[in-house]
Amino acid sequence: MMRTKDLSYWLFLAPVLLALSMVVIIPLLFGVYYSFTNWNGIDVGGFIGFENYLNVFKDKEFLDSLWFTIKFSVVSIILINFFGLALALIVTSKIRTNKFLRTIFFMPNLIGGLILGFIWQFIFIKVFAGVGQVFGIESLEGWLSTTQTGFWGLVILMSWQMAGYIMVIYIAYLEGVPTELIEAAEIDGANPFQRLRFIIFPLVAPAFTVSMFLTLSNTFKLYDQNLSLTAGGPYNSTQMVAMQIFKTAFGQSEMAYAQAKAVIFFLIVAAISLTQVYINKKREVEM
Amino acid sequence: MRRTKWPIEILGVFLGLLWLSPFYLMIVNSFKTKREIFADTLKLPEGFNFDNYIEAFAELDFLKTFLNSVLITVVSVVIIIVFSSMAAYALSRNKSKMSTIIFFMFVAAMLIPFQSVMIPLVTIFGKIELLNRSGIIFMYLGFGASLSIFLYHGTLSGIPKSMDEAATIDGANRFQIFWYIIFPMLKPITVTVAILNTIWIWNDYLLPSLVINQEGMETIPLKMFFFFGEYTKQWHLALAGLTIAIIPVIIAYFFAQREIIKGISEGAVK
Repeated sequence: MMRTKDLSYWLFLAPVLLALSMVVIIPLLFGVYYSFTNWNGIDVGGFIGFENYLNVFKDKEFLDSLWFTIKFSVVSIILINFFGLALALIVTSKIRTNKFLRTIFFMPNLIGGLILGFIWQFIFIKVFAGVGQVFGIESLEGWLSTTQTGFWGLVILMSWQMAGYIMVIYIAYLEGVPTELIEAAEIDGANPFQRLRFIIFPLVAPAFTVSMFLTLSNTFKLYDQNLSLTAGGPYNSTQMVAMQIFKTAFGQSEMAYAQAKAVIFFLIVAAISLTQVYINKKREVEM
Repeated sequence: MRRTKWPIEILGVFLGLLWLSPFYLMIVNSFKTKREIFADTLKLPEGFNFDNYIEAFAELDFLKTFLNSVLITVVSVVIIIVFSSMAAYALSRNKSKMSTIIFFMFVAAMLIPFQSVMIPLVTIFGKIELLNRSGIIFMYLGFGASLSIFLYHGTLSGIPKSMDEAATIDGANRFQIFWYIIFPMLKPITVTVAILNTIWIWNDYLLPSLVINQEGMETIPLKMFFFFGEYTKQWHLALAGLTIAIIPVIIAYFFAQREIIKGISEGAVK
């Protein structure tokens, strides 16, 4: 047993407590404080109450970025989970290439978002245009130069990247489904669709919650891919919240104002995460 | 099971090829000249010409950039492992209210997105003159400790305290008990912690761009960003650069894919 008054207890904890305080807790507290002032990065200026916050809600660029982020997250969550589950079902059905396929589907997750965004920039701009010209498909030309193609470009990039990640989670749950159960259903004459719908889905239900929230927190906080694929363009129309905050702070040097946006961002992300914790707890009780 | 599942096998292979196609296109075009890419991005290059690679390698100052990334990642990950495992040990061997509060604080910190603390963080570290390598390693400890402590704590709760007590009777002190007896038992979770933190730190762009954005200190993502900005109209060089940047990761993946996939799924499900 280690007692709270033991020196060793505190020595073991000291390094991480110091790091967490200096890197997360103190900046967060200062950040909340600054968001109520005229802070410009050097001087605090005056205390101005909720003025920064009121301005945020009138800031069209910020609200647009928030709306874009929400739309992007919703569409991405659906596609990523659809592909993630589909890939998981494919590689867990006893096919010969399953190990090899798992490796491939998962691979994009090891590479940084910045690099992936650059690779896809080439594909959307050059390869798509090339294919479009050869086959006379006009809709493949000019990708990433419009809001629509920028949106779908980001969705495709993220689906391609994250499907393999979510696949791994679904696999973990699918492998827990007892084979006897499926075989019994097979003998009873259930077709593959029925087996999926009535046996596999209910048993992997917890995986849906985990995967949905993992995808949500990843897409909602997206920055690197956004920066390297579209850089927010054209005309900031594909700019997401994380990038908007960065731009307000380091592009326009409006530190206190950017910090107010950052606090709002924190509240949204925390609300999402707490909802997940709540749902998980509730489910554990039911089980 | 007994039957061969050809339709699924074919669908799987088709999707596998589709998933690989971005890498295929990147590699194929990285061997082309500017004119060849302009003419056609789909066909194979006229020859395997390494000129693009030689130029991109030099422009990226790749050896140095690579070593910068290795230095920051390795030191940060080692520090995270050492201090997080110790902290998790203290928290698991002291069941007081204080431990509960501290543990809760680390878990709660996981909810805070980087952007919410980014601006004051940079200002504070600027004031104490820590916008350098030591500073960024310290920051990685601060951001990485939460998940690592959480993972270690889960495993440590399963290790019986009789292990500690036996060693205490033999006269070992706290540090000896932890490092000689407990830590070796944590090896599997240490691998997971190491993998999760390595992937994240190796690929991180935003923090290095704010903290060590100086000539000669750039990590791979940081250097890649500037390189790409300069060569955005010269796809042949940009693609060779991207390929070079990815090669170390692919090699690591080739050797440790089982551990990597296992580590990621453990970290995610918990």
